[in-house]
Amino acid sequence: MFDLISKLFYRENMTSRDIAKERLRLVLVHDRSSSSPELLNALKEDLIRVIREYMEIDEDALVVDLANEEDAVALIANIPVKGFRRAVNQ
Amino acid sequence: MKGKVIVITSGKGGVGKTTTTANLGTALAMMGQKVVLVDTDIGLRNLDVVMGLENRIVFDIVDLVNGHCKLKQALIRDKRFEGMSLLPAAQTKDKSSVTPHQMKNLTNELRKQYDFILVDCPAGIEQGFRNAIAGADDAIVVATPEVSSVRDADRIIGLLEAAGLSRARLIINRMRQSMVKRGDMMDIDDIIDILSIDLLGVVPEDELIIVSTNKGEPAVLETNSRAGGAYRRIARRIMGEEVALLDPNDNNSFMNRFKKIIKLAR
Repeated sequence: MFDLISKLFYRENMTSRDIAKERLRLVLVHDRSSSSPELLNALKEDLIRVIREYMEIDEDALVVDLANEEDAVALIANIPVKGFRRAVNQ
Repeated sequence: MKGKVIVITSGKGGVGKTTTTANLGTALAMMGQKVVLVDTDIGLRNLDVVMGLENRIVFDIVDLVNGHCKLKQALIRDKRFEGMSLLPAAQTKDKSSVTPHQMKNLTNELRKQYDFILVDCPAGIEQGFRNAIAGADDAIVVATPEVSSVRDADRIIGLLEAAGLSRARLIINRMRQSMVKRGDMMDIDDIIDILSIDLLGVVPEDELIIVSTNKGEPAVLETNSRAGGAYRRIARRIMGEEVALLDPNDNNSFMNRFKKIIKLAR
């Protein structure tokens, strides 16, 4: 509740110029990711490659997507783990 | 002669593409360049009225690409500058009456006779846009300091990059410094930051633009128009001159910020 109030108060103190910048920043994250889905796909491929070195994952069930938070965009990756690699002693 | 084809585009409508095309073309002609303005907004032509040449149209771009007239017949010689011509859009056809392939051939033909071929792009990202960029070497993106316009500019910059036009430059139009000072308008560096694109120039909001459009005389011909002055400076920049981005009559702090941006862009 306090969080919400302080947030509203904060917004009230922001100039419309700042609000415009903030809104644009967020909307462009979505615009750019949806107009070039190949970028998210490339990220997915890279993630798989890196994570595979540490654990066994279900690559077909892996989901990488952008999600809207209140005033931020989050990259959400849901990666089912099938097994963990045995630690290699050096 | 090997002319340069520059497309003027924006995504969003009403941000000043046609005004920019008319003014940059006229400013380049004032500098002695041979310029042709190509209106590709088929169905909604307007470059002719902004230039004050609407009464001279006989043939148009659709007639030309379909072989119903010769290039010379379709081009309208400007009444002020001998080296400048307009190729008007058709008003009764639609955007699909011309193909990107035909546009490419057309601009290649125009390259032989002109130093600059300025292509006025229609709003949107459909066939009209694809036609307009088909033969272009360079792109100028016009945006106003508004969320909707900057958003559409971002989309357009992405599409231009995908089409191989990765060195597009930005003109920020209708800037109101008093609103920026109040905190009610995005500033130049805000927009440049968001779009990460090189800045070509900034044109202030200016009532004289409407007056000059009323008369069909581009504002660059008006010595006391602030927007006209900005367009004249942009034209010099297109010619490769180094010109301060701002009107020297504007205040100092603004000047300094500009210098900073120029350095950033380099």
